[in-house]
Amino acid sequence: MSFTLKINGTSHEVDVDDDTPLLWVLRDVLGMTGTKFGCGAALCGACTVHIDGAPTRSCITTIDTVGDSAITTIEAVGASPAGRHIQQAWLDLEVVQCGYCQSGQIMSAAALISDNKTPSDDDIDNAMSGNICRCGTYARIREAIKHAATAYAGEAK
Amino acid sequence: MLNNAMLNTYAPAQPASDTPAPGLSRRSFLTASLAAGGGLLLAVSLPRFVGEALAADGPFAPDAFIRIATDGTVTLVMPQVEMGQGIYTALPMLIAEELEIDLAGVRLEHAPPDGKLYTNPAIGFQVTGGSTSIRGFYEPLRKAGASARTMLVAAAAQMWGVDPASCDAAKGVVLHPASGRRATYGSLAEKAAAIPVPKEVALKPVDKFTLIGTPAKRLDVAGKVDGTATYGIDVKLPGLKVATVAACPVFGGKLKSVDDTEARAVKGVRQIVKIDDAVAVVADHMGAAKKGLAALKIEWDEGPNATLSTEEIVKQMAALATSGPAVDDKKVGDVAAAEAAAARTVKATYQMPFLAHATMEPLNCTVHVRPDSCEVWVGSQVLGRAQATAAEVTGLPAEKVTVHNHLLGGGFGRRLEVDSVTQAVKIAKQVDGPVKVVWTREEDIQHDIYRPYYYDQFAAGLDAQGKVTSFRHRVVGSSIVARWLPQAFANGLDFDAVDGAAGPYAFPNLHVDYVRHILPEGFVTGWWRGVGITHNAFIVEGFVDELAVESKADPVAFRRGLLANDARARGVLDLAAEKAGWGTTLPARTGRGIAVLFGFGTYMAQVADVEIGKDGAVKVRRIVCSVDCGVVVNPDTVKAQVQGGIVYGLSAALYGQITLKDGRVEQSNFDNYQALRIEEMPEIEVHIVDSREAPGGMGEPSTAGVAPAVVNAIFAATGQRLRQLPIDPDRLKGA
Repeated sequence: MSFTLKINGTSHEVDVDDDTPLLWVLRDVLGMTGTKFGCGAALCGACTVHIDGAPTRSCITTIDTVGDSAITTIEAVGASPAGRHIQQAWLDLEVVQCGYCQSGQIMSAAALISDNKTPSDDDIDNAMSGNICRCGTYARIREAIKHAATAYAGEAK
Repeated sequence: MLNNAMLNTYAPAQPASDTPAPGLSRRSFLTASLAAGGGLLLAVSLPRFVGEALAADGPFAPDAFIRIATDGTVTLVMPQVEMGQGIYTALPMLIAEELEIDLAGVRLEHAPPDGKLYTNPAIGFQVTGGSTSIRGFYEPLRKAGASARTMLVAAAAQMWGVDPASCDAAKGVVLHPASGRRATYGSLAEKAAAIPVPKEVALKPVDKFTLIGTPAKRLDVAGKVDGTATYGIDVKLPGLKVATVAACPVFGGKLKSVDDTEARAVKGVRQIVKIDDAVAVVADHMGAAKKGLAALKIEWDEGPNATLSTEEIVKQMAALATSGPAVDDKKVGDVAAAEAAAARTVKATYQMPFLAHATMEPLNCTVHVRPDSCEVWVGSQVLGRAQATAAEVTGLPAEKVTVHNHLLGGGFGRRLEVDSVTQAVKIAKQVDGPVKVVWTREEDIQHDIYRPYYYDQFAAGLDAQGKVTSFRHRVVGSSIVARWLPQAFANGLDFDAVDGAAGPYAFPNLHVDYVRHILPEGFVTGWWRGVGITHNAFIVEGFVDELAVESKADPVAFRRGLLANDARARGVLDLAAEKAGWGTTLPARTGRGIAVLFGFGTYMAQVADVEIGKDGAVKVRRIVCSVDCGVVVNPDTVKAQVQGGIVYGLSAALYGQITLKDGRVEQSNFDNYQALRIEEMPEIEVHIVDSREAPGGMGEPSTAGVAPAVVNAIFAATGQRLRQLPIDPDRLKGA
C-alpha cells in the first residue's frame, strides 16, 4: 500500500505493507538511520520519535496508524527549542558514551521539557523510564535534562 | 604480589606473581615515509609483548599513524575501537600532549584490520578489550607524538638554519623565539617527512602535562546527538538488502527443512537463504524480513542438546568441584597444615549465572561477496578476526577482504566474537549484491556467547583471634581462554577464570586451583565486561565479608588487616570508607557494604548503601567509589566509566541470568532480561586518587566492584548472606 508520511516537515511517499512498523520505514526505506532499533517491542525506547509532539516507539507503531500526523525524528529535533536545548545539554554535560540509545533518550527528553520546563526527579523518572541505556549514562541524562530545562525556561522568559 | 601491576591480563604464561611487568619502556622503532596526499606519515613500531606464538608475522610491528597534511589537517588513525569508553578522545590526548596540537579540529579515522600496523601492545594482536587501550598505548602514542614533533621542529630549524634546541612547538606551530619566526605544521609536513626519525625521544614528565589529566571534551559525540553518527547497523549502500535470521534455538542444532511459501508472499521479501544451522529472510527492509521470518515454517534437527538445562550444567559443575581434576594456580605456604591447626574453618560455595551482553545495538553485519573480493561493514572489537573469518568462509585470501569498521553501539565483550560475521558472510555468499544481516533482540539474547557460569568453593582457616591463617579457593567454570586465545591456555589453567581469585590480599597460606567445565558443543562462553575480575571480585569479596563477620571484625578494618603490604589497596579502601561515612548509624532495613579489588592495573573500592523493602526489593541508594588507576588521562571519562560500569554490573547483580530449558535460552528481550532503568539509578560518587603510577584500565573495574559491595550491604541490612547472583528478593522478604 502507498502511504504519504509527513516527516520533519517534508512529505514522503512509501509503498509498504500497512502493518510495517514506522521504524523500518524510517531506517530502511527512507534511509533516516538516526532512529535506532533496540528491541522491536517497545521495551527499550531506542526507536523513540515524536508523533504530533508525543514521544512514540516507532518499532511498534504500524504505518497505517500514522495518518497525516507530523513525525519528528532525531535528525530534525534540533529545530525545536526544546530539542536544541536538550542536544546542547547532552554535549555540555558529556552525557554520551556509545551513543546508540541517545537518539531515543533525546527524543524522550525533548518531549518532556517541551511540556514541562521545571521537571522534578519524578517527572524525569516517568518520562525516561522507558529508555534503556546499557552504558549507564542515567545520572548525566538526569542532570542534562535539568540543565536544558533551566536554559529553555530562561530563554522563554 | 599484585602490586606488580599486570599490564597484560591476557597473557600470563606464568602465575601473576612471577610475571614481570611487560617492557613498555623498550625502545620504539620508528619509520617515516611520505603520505600519499603529500605530507608527513609517521608509523610507530613496537616490540610485541606476548609469546612467540602470537608474533608470527615479525618481531616488530607498527601500531598507530599520525598524518599531517600540507594544509595542516591532523588525522589520527585510531588503533582501538570506540564503543562508548571514550578511547577516541583519550588516545588523541596522548598524541596531542607530545605533538603540541589542539584537540579541536583533529580528524579521526577508524583503523582497518592490519595486525602489523595496529596491534594492541598490551595483548599482542589487534583487539580492543580487557581495559588495555590506555595501558597498551600510553607510551607508544606519546612517543609517536614526540617523534613527529621532533621531526617538525628539525625541519623548521633546518629551513631557518638554527639549532633545533632553540625552537619550540605549540598549537601546531614551530616557533623560533629568538628571531620571531614561525611555521605551521602543515607548511613543514613535506620537509619533516625527509627528516630522519629520531632513535629516541624524551617524553614529558607527568608534572609537565597540559592536556593529559584534564577533562577534555569528547571528540566522538557530536554526531551521537543528532542522528548522524554511523554505527554498523546504519550502513547504506546502493542496492542494499536487509536480512534477519533465525538460528536453531537449540545450541548445536541444525536446519532440517523450511516451508517458505508464505514468507515468499510477503511484500518486500526477496529471498530465503538456508545455511547449515540457520535460515535468513532477505528483504527490502527489516520490517518485511521480520514478517517473512515469522511466516516461515521451520523444522530443526535439534541434535544432542535438546534436553540440556541449567540444572544439569550446575549439577555437573558441583560434581567437578569435588572430583576435579584441578589445576593449581597459586600455592603459598602449607594450606593443609594451617587448616589442621586452625581454631575454626569457614566454608562456602558461591555461584554466578550465565549472562548475555545485550548491547543496545543488536548484532549486525553487512557483507558484499563478489567473485574476487569481499567487503564487510561492521563494528567489531577484533577487526583482524572479522577479516579472517570472511576470508575463510569465502575462500578468498585475507587481502581480498576489506573490513570497514564503525562505531560500536556497545561492546561489553560481545563484539570480541565474530560468530555473527561468519554467519553474515555465509548468507551473503548466496545473495547477489550487498546484504545487511540484522539480528532481532530475541536472536541477540538467545544466541549470545555467554559469560560462563561459575561454581566456586572456599575454605578458610581462622585462628582463635579471628585472624585468617589459610585461604583455599577452587574455581569451576568453562574456559574462555581455551577457545578464544588457545596459545595462552597453559597446562589446563584458564588465567582469566582465576584472575583475582585471592583478591588483593596477602594470605599466609593460599591455594587457588581451577577445574575446567566443558559445555556441550554449540553452547559457547566468552568475555563479558569485567571478565575474570567480575567473577572473582564478587565471590572473594563476599567470602571475605563472611570471614570478617566470623571474626567479629569490622569489614573495613578486617580487610585493612589483610592488606598490610599493599598501600595502594589500603588507600582506596580507606578513601571509600571515609567518603561514605563508614561506621555511621543507618536507619532500619538499610545497610552498607564494602568491596575492594585490584584488576586491570587499577585499585578500586566501592561502598554501597542499600534499602530493602518488606517485599524483599533491593533499592541501591548510593555507591561511593574510590579509584587509584595511576596517571589519569581524562578524569571525566574515568568518572563516566565508573558510573557506566556500575550500572552494567548492577543490572547483572539485580536481574541478570540466562537459563536453559530443553536446550534453549529462556530469556528473549528486555522484559525478561532486564537492564537497570533511570529510576533505579543510585547516586554515585567517584573519588580519584592523585597518582603518578602507571595508568590502569578503567573500562571494567567498576562493573566488578558493585555486586559484592551491594551483596555485603544486603547482609548488613538483613543478615542474609547471598552467595549466588542475581540477587533473589524472595530471600529478603521481611528479613
